[in-house]
Amino acid sequence: MNKFNKEKNISPFGGLKGGVVIINYGAGNIQSIKFAIKRLGYEAILSDNPEEIKAADKVIFPGVGEASSAMEKLKATGLDTLIPTLKQPVLGICLGMQLMCKYCEEGNTQGLGIFDVDVIKFDNNVKVPQIGWNQIENLKSEIFKGIKEKEYMYLVHSYYVPLNNEAIATTEYGIKYASALQEKNFYGVQFHPEKSSLAGEQILKNFLEL
Amino acid sequence: MLTKRIIPCLDIKNGRTVKGVNFVDLRDAGDPVELAAMYAKNGADELVFLDISATEEKRKTLAELVMHVAEKVNIPFTVGGGISSVEDVEILLNSGADKVSINSSAVKNPQLINTLASKFGSQCVVVAIDAKQINGEWFVHLVGGKVPTEIKLFDWAKEVEQRGAGEILFTSMNHDGTKNGFANKALAKLSKMVNIPIIASGGAGTMQHFTDAFIEGKADAALAASVFHFNEIDIIDLKKELKNKNIPVRL
Repeated sequence: MNKFNKEKNISPFGGLKGGVVIINYGAGNIQSIKFAIKRLGYEAILSDNPEEIKAADKVIFPGVGEASSAMEKLKATGLDTLIPTLKQPVLGICLGMQLMCKYCEEGNTQGLGIFDVDVIKFDNNVKVPQIGWNQIENLKSEIFKGIKEKEYMYLVHSYYVPLNNEAIATTEYGIKYASALQEKNFYGVQFHPEKSSLAGEQILKNFLEL
Repeated sequence: MLTKRIIPCLDIKNGRTVKGVNFVDLRDAGDPVELAAMYAKNGADELVFLDISATEEKRKTLAELVMHVAEKVNIPFTVGGGISSVEDVEILLNSGADKVSINSSAVKNPQLINTLASKFGSQCVVVAIDAKQINGEWFVHLVGGKVPTEIKLFDWAKEVEQRGAGEILFTSMNHDGTKNGFANKALAKLSKMVNIPIIASGGAGTMQHFTDAFIEGKADAALAASVFHFNEIDIIDLKKELKNKNIPVRL
């Protein structure tokens, strides 16, 4: 089993700065996140092993696809009970963020309940899914250090998180909604930082340097 | 505000970039990974790789190429060309592609759209439609536009949306390679008819053509190949021009 030594900051790959785990539960384009982290000079390991995830310095919780089947996969590995108990910084991306919420309208899915908000579907007055580059604003978190208001991020989603107290960024698509959330050590971004050019990479870097 | 996307398309044959004029007479336009990284740096919003090679090693070569692109490129990209099974899609997505585009295989087996959408999510399923206007009526064509069908473009577009496609990439065979502009009337009709994003393809020759595709054609994205590959249009200049025309773009 891959086990890394936190004191010596060595990853199982003999990585540069070590300690990043991407939760691998069979939902999403994790290769891109892994490569983006590598471009930033870090090594990430993919894991569904609770011990490895618990021992990580930073945890990335990705997700692409449909909510209920992704949740099923989390439950099958027991990760649904582990994730809410994590103490280190955790970043949910796209569906990962949505699953960290209380409830997802998609597939009538109970989420992990880390963020106290429900995820609902866009109205038909806009094209669904929203696909493309949109702006993030009202930035309120250290993960946006060096990011200017109204910076463009790449988004692909049909469901959204309404504005709420945990919002640390907002975006407008028909309505104004929460495009990033934070609750203590848990962060969530609706956009794909790993696909959002240099600004996206900066956000990932900020998270890794928390 | 959600911006309109500019998408360079890289035609790939045996791991190299080529561009067909009216889908024949291929010309070499460079190494795909380098070209992709260059476009990502110079303002492209997304990339499409269309594999037109027909070798037995195709699947492996393409997966390797996708992996190299994902390693270097920090914007989203779609891969298409001969994709016909869940397994094909799984390999490409696992190699780092964000979306796949299916074309002939969807026409032959429409259920494939449903299967892919439920397994991987609609967001990664682009249905590419090549169509030609014959006596005023648009018909879907297969195999890179070579084989006509009796399927009507607008019926098919509606059907692929209902089956779970996340986007439609519409190429007009009448316009492709002509550099006379996009098929704006058909685009506008498509855009009004379905509630998923429409990518315009075929006919880009000038900056004005892109403006027209977004304003008249109501397209959500515009795709082109040779005008970008041969430096006839610079993407940053194009986006500045679009911005001047009050079209939202990422600059």
